[in-house]
Amino acid sequence: MVLIFLILIPLLTGIISFTLKGDGAKALALISSILTMAVSAYVSGTNYTAPITYAHDWIPILGTQFSLVADGMSSMLCLLTGIVVMVVMIVSVNKTVEKPGAFYGFLLLSQAGLMGVFLAYDALLFYVFWELALIPVYFLCSQWGGEKRIPVTFKFFIYTFVGSLMMLAGLIYLSTQTQGVSSYAWGDIVRAGTSLSPEKQQWLFWLIFIAFAIKMPIFPFHTWQPDTYEQSPTPVTIILSALMVKMGLYAILRWLLPVLPAGVAYWSDTVVVLAVIGIVYASCIAIVQTDIKRLIAYSSIAHMGLMAAVAFSGSSVGMHGIMVQMFNHGITITGMWIIVSIIEDRWGTRDMTKLGGMATVAPKMAIAFVIISLASIGLPLTNNFIGEFMLFNGLFSGTEANHMVMMAIAGLGIILGAVYTLNMIQKTTYGEAVAMLKGKDVSINEYLGLAIIISLVLFLGVYPKPLLDLTSGIASMIVK
Amino acid sequence: MGNFSQLVYLVPLFPLIGFLINGIFWKKMPKNFGGIIGCVTIFASFCISLGIFFEVKNATAPFPPVVLFDFIQSGKLNIPFAFQVDALSSLFLLIITGVGFLIHVYSTSYMHHDEGMVKYFAYLNLFVFSMLLLVLGANYLIMFIGWEGVGLCSYLLIGFWFKNRDYTNAAKKAFVMNRIGDLGFLVGMLLILFNFGTLSFNDFFNQLHTNIVPASTYNWIALCLFIGATGKSAQIPLYTWLPDAMAGPTPVSALIHAATMVTAGIYMIARSGALYSLAPMILHVVAIIGLVTAIVAATIAIKQYDIKKVLAYSTVSQLGFMFLALGVGSYTTAVFHVMTHAFFKALLFLGSGSVIHAMGGEQDIRKMGGLGKHMRITQATFLIGCLAISGIPGFSGFFSKDAILADAFAHSPILYYLGIGAAMMTAFYMFRLYFLTFRGSFRGTEEQHHHLHESPAAITIPLIVLAILSIVGGYVGLPEVMSEHNAIASFLSPVVTNFGDHHLAPGTEWTLMAVSVVAAVIMIILAYSINKKPNFVPNTGLAKVLENKWYVDEIYDAIVVRPIEAFSRFLDKYAERRGIDGIVNGVGKTVRWGGDRLRLLQSGQVGFYIFIMVMGIVVLFGLSFFWIK
Repeated sequence: MVLIFLILIPLLTGIISFTLKGDGAKALALISSILTMAVSAYVSGTNYTAPITYAHDWIPILGTQFSLVADGMSSMLCLLTGIVVMVVMIVSVNKTVEKPGAFYGFLLLSQAGLMGVFLAYDALLFYVFWELALIPVYFLCSQWGGEKRIPVTFKFFIYTFVGSLMMLAGLIYLSTQTQGVSSYAWGDIVRAGTSLSPEKQQWLFWLIFIAFAIKMPIFPFHTWQPDTYEQSPTPVTIILSALMVKMGLYAILRWLLPVLPAGVAYWSDTVVVLAVIGIVYASCIAIVQTDIKRLIAYSSIAHMGLMAAVAFSGSSVGMHGIMVQMFNHGITITGMWIIVSIIEDRWGTRDMTKLGGMATVAPKMAIAFVIISLASIGLPLTNNFIGEFMLFNGLFSGTEANHMVMMAIAGLGIILGAVYTLNMIQKTTYGEAVAMLKGKDVSINEYLGLAIIISLVLFLGVYPKPLLDLTSGIASMIVK
Repeated sequence: MGNFSQLVYLVPLFPLIGFLINGIFWKKMPKNFGGIIGCVTIFASFCISLGIFFEVKNATAPFPPVVLFDFIQSGKLNIPFAFQVDALSSLFLLIITGVGFLIHVYSTSYMHHDEGMVKYFAYLNLFVFSMLLLVLGANYLIMFIGWEGVGLCSYLLIGFWFKNRDYTNAAKKAFVMNRIGDLGFLVGMLLILFNFGTLSFNDFFNQLHTNIVPASTYNWIALCLFIGATGKSAQIPLYTWLPDAMAGPTPVSALIHAATMVTAGIYMIARSGALYSLAPMILHVVAIIGLVTAIVAATIAIKQYDIKKVLAYSTVSQLGFMFLALGVGSYTTAVFHVMTHAFFKALLFLGSGSVIHAMGGEQDIRKMGGLGKHMRITQATFLIGCLAISGIPGFSGFFSKDAILADAFAHSPILYYLGIGAAMMTAFYMFRLYFLTFRGSFRGTEEQHHHLHESPAAITIPLIVLAILSIVGGYVGLPEVMSEHNAIASFLSPVVTNFGDHHLAPGTEWTLMAVSVVAAVIMIILAYSINKKPNFVPNTGLAKVLENKWYVDEIYDAIVVRPIEAFSRFLDKYAERRGIDGIVNGVGKTVRWGGDRLRLLQSGQVGFYIFIMVMGIVVLFGLSFFWIK
């Protein structure tokens, strides 16, 4: 029963928000996000023993049911969603947007969709939430985005929508293959998929995989992402990069790997190669970016590439590493975007060549930026190190072809990552001070948001046990 | 297990607390208070380290690892956060906290005028914390945490004066070059984990004799770890960051870039001695890289004019000697030289800091000269350091360097001859530095001359202590011909077992010793006669190549840095924007174009629709007719 609140709270407050104006919408959003966070923390806290489930009749004639299950992976991602959205609302307290009622309404609706995606145990329900999460983002991006928002949103929309439809087709096909009456329940879909002939699994693989590959994104399906990140308002960029990319990865783990094992086995070497190319490719491109948002967008493609590669490596330590890293990447990149938005707010630009001397003018911001940047390059005793170590371990000992070579090439990412990240720190933080256009060092609410992020970065870097324990069962379940 | 060894976690904990206090209150805290916290925490760690050292010395059985908590646990993979107390780690604890404490005390005076003094001590404490993790870790992963942690602190401290673009470039370069090595370390760790299922030192070394894997596996693991060591310990090909690292404050150069961090690679290989003994091929590589680095760096040091650059290349060269020792299998000798080098090189760096302080920031030795008259203590202690590094009998460097050369001779005489060449250059450039700095007449400005003074006690006392250590530090490792008992080798013997036989006939050993001493003395005399009346003319020919460091930075720039940048620009401009995104946009445009055309078909005339429908049926009918046939 408690699971339904994870969806209902943001859904209802989101709808109410459309009727509100000004600070009312903002306050409602903040309260709603804190409540959701509390529920997700409760779900994660009680999840160490057995999964929590909820089921209700929905559209019986289609063989679909409103069924939610929170196992370790789902509750971890719900917790991440809860924390990230709450932090977004906290740092937004001193920002003003046009039409705040609609803005926060869409954000909350998107959160409801995300929660549903991570909880749904029914393929059709999963698809519905998938779209519920995405559609508000189109509106947010096209209404509140940057100068080039219209063509960029159009590309984003077409790209992801094409993917979604292919996935829907694949899921419908699977539901017709279930034993007896057609069913969308996860267990039935898995049984239907695994009993298909290997040839069928091989083409069905692409039908479902493309949607998730676009969402993550995996090279070469990634070109919507830097543009969209660049043009979106920061809260939306955070939702996209910290949470929505995890939808793609989560969906692979939940709806692809167990469902089409023969198809996965056949194509996994190809996917690993694509993902590893993507790591080096995106890292190289990040080196020559001057817009911080684009730089971080490409670095995120590189980080997700590593997770994608490991997802197809068949290693259980690697799978556990993905669980940990999904959470850690979400936390760290949220911190990155918060700093970027503060930079843009104070200096009026995101161009690194026009920035400098943050350590002199805004030392608190600079310290936070350096810590979060170091976490993003996986320095030990930060959260990302744990995940990265486990991921590299998984890739290295996995079952894919040339697994050691793949790891070594992927490892170039940690060198290139140091290059572009330290470049960014040097250009923005060190050097002679460039005066701010307005404002001061971090405000109280920004300070609070960053403090939450940095506490998690350091705590999970030193003592990752809670996160590892929460997700240990599910990792060994996916990889047998 | 003794009382102090149970408390081993306090050793890194104190500096961590110091870092947190200084780091959190850096803005509000009075400067001196930051310095006091820095010094007191390190001193507390030193006291416990001393207790641990004696417990280890008197112990009859090895201590088990001290497990603090589960760090990474996933299925069969189980890596605890655990510390290892044994001879090797306890010796390094003493070096780190002992020399570290002296340098902290020195810094309270040296950094006194800097507005970022509290921040400086925060970084310095964080460094000591990381370095202690590195040597205390009971498995490779904890070692790796310290390994990257010290790299971070090095980065922060090289770029301490962050307004200067050159300094932050040097910091970045240090970090990135270290990361290249770290990738090697990481791959090495994964290989160990893959083949042996553990990263714990004890389990791994025990399995080496029971778990049979192909010989090439040992080679690969040893090679990967060694790549890590070349980054951290500034060996060819990853050494060029260390001279640039001199951009940091001088005490930092003494602590991080001479006494402790850069010896991490030696520590790691000595710790993994059991592995390297199974990979003799890689030991050869280690010896050759070490020797070549020792020679190349020494040649560069001869023609440098920046007092700190001379010392930096000297450090690279001395680290090369240590790797030579490792490469010929005498791990304990390498550790011995780490210790003596920590004393005399820290002394030399701190001495140079005292000089730079007196010269008002000037580092060019062409503008110095005759400083001895104004700063007696600095001069005397610096001279002791020079004598020690040159291998003059009675000083610590003599014993450790001679042990390395003797072991090299036992391994292969050619290594010895080349080694003695590098040692001769060492004596030459160090005394060139000494004579140009302290003797002759002053060549700086009148204002600088007026300003010259001996440094305050907080600077001179550490110099004196280190000078004493630079003399007596060698007597723990007397050569076989002088004493039956080699204290350091027998102390380390429970942990480190040397590889191969390094026994020489007494006559041979005496001869080798005499040769190296005579050679060093000749080079000192030569250095004196050349630099008695210095005459600085622009260098030409080979000298110019040496002054420009063999143009290695330029070569790296041309063959690595710029091609990567060009490749990245190519990817960004062509592969990404025109290639992949071009195709995506092309598909989008085609769909739109098609849509525009298709829209024209929606004319609204029913007759047209029916016509199309009939045509469609005809086409379908025709197709099925042929297909069925």
